[in-house]
Amino acid sequence: MREFGRYVMFIGSLFVRRESFRTYYKLVLEECIQIGIKSILLIVLVSTFMGAVTTVQTAFNLVSPLVPRFIISQVVREMTILELAPTIMAIIYAGKVGSSMAGGLGTMRITEQIDALEVMGINSASYLVLPKIVASLLMYPLLVIIAGFCGLLGGYLVGSLGGLITPYDYVYGIRSSFNEFTVTFALIKSFVFAFMISSISSFKGYYTEGGALEVGISSTAAVTSSVIAILIGDYFLAELLLK
Amino acid sequence: MIEIHDISKSFSGKIVINHIDGVFEKGKTNLIIGASGTGKSVLLKCIVGLVQPDTGAVFYDGRDFTEADKEIKAEIRREIGMLFQGGALFDSKNVEANVMFPLDVLTKMHPVEKLDRVNFCLKRVGLENVNKKMPSEISGGMKKRVGIARAIVNNPNYLFCDEPNSGLDPQTSILIDELIQEITLEFDITTVVVTHDMNSVMGIGEKIMFLYKGSKLWEGGKNDITNSGVKEFDDFVFANKVMGALRGK
Repeated sequence: MREFGRYVMFIGSLFVRRESFRTYYKLVLEECIQIGIKSILLIVLVSTFMGAVTTVQTAFNLVSPLVPRFIISQVVREMTILELAPTIMAIIYAGKVGSSMAGGLGTMRITEQIDALEVMGINSASYLVLPKIVASLLMYPLLVIIAGFCGLLGGYLVGSLGGLITPYDYVYGIRSSFNEFTVTFALIKSFVFAFMISSISSFKGYYTEGGALEVGISSTAAVTSSVIAILIGDYFLAELLLK
Repeated sequence: MIEIHDISKSFSGKIVINHIDGVFEKGKTNLIIGASGTGKSVLLKCIVGLVQPDTGAVFYDGRDFTEADKEIKAEIRREIGMLFQGGALFDSKNVEANVMFPLDVLTKMHPVEKLDRVNFCLKRVGLENVNKKMPSEISGGMKKRVGIARAIVNNPNYLFCDEPNSGLDPQTSILIDELIQEITLEFDITTVVVTHDMNSVMGIGEKIMFLYKGSKLWEGGKNDITNSGVKEFDDFVFANKVMGALRGK
């Protein structure tokens, strides 16, 4: 509970003694490139393969002649939009971006770079962390959209090239009984997870104490805490919005 | 001028700073000295507000810093320049961007003006043609010089240096000491240096505060060192002289 209290106070401290809009604008753009653009390749690779594997495994399980083949792509669609794109990608994002945020801030802490900012009269938490959170909120939903598209594309390629489902059936399955709210739900999840990962990782990194070993520990703690928060958040969002 | 009154600080019940009073004068190089672990750096952090003291107050030219609200504190801090032990240069920025950083964030100067000021400060600390180098590409002594350039770029009224000579060879140490003293006189600022190096004390110690186990045991100038009358201080000076002789200083 004490740790949670510190976290809440940390989030509150981001909004006092802010710098000029121009300063944040530049920092947010830099962070967007760092955490968003540079994550695209990994997200594309992982989501494409996950979509492909989901298609193969669903096809493997749906062997009954009474079940039409287009059900395969329906299952892939629901899994990709509801879970694979927003949640599994969040875990990967926490591993890549969250650990990097914690490691970077932790290193700045132990090498007194954060103290240097404070001595200059700059709110170091706001200056360093707020741009990361804003960039994360801007970029992660875009990454989720890319992941969803690539997941479905991966399923299409493997399904049609591997002879598991015809291209017509695959597209038909993707389009039939489509509930648009699943996309809204995935985007809501992506915003929540983006905030969780960036704020928890920054919190863990910002309060690093000690040396290089502790920076590593902070990075690990950032990923662990983010993943736990994602899983708990995922459950509560599903309870709240899908019932 | 900076005044400190009754500063105390303890961590987990262990007293690190024990009711220290003192005055750091303007235009002078004020030294806080003592062996490792005596609380010098903690006292410095209490003075600049990086650590909140348990008791006491710090006054910057009569302005109470300890009890001031965040806005006033930020205002006073903008008049502070600080050189950290390891330089504390921002890894992601080159030398020029590091020195320009306080001007970028704290002022509305024109970019050309800022660059002129950065070049002036880098020249003042004896560094030229290193603007585009990254901190990882320069030596420890150069990092300290860049740190000093960054500390003075926004015309501070107060300059703090935490162990400016740590990790440097004796010759570079002397150069850094001389630079700090020259800058203090040239810009007429209040400079506070934390060190355990007796060479620095003998070189630039105009006003010296000796700490022992968190308490202030002696205060004076470098000419008073031989007749301090404080056993702990004499031991500290003697140990430094012996170590200096052994190292060939």
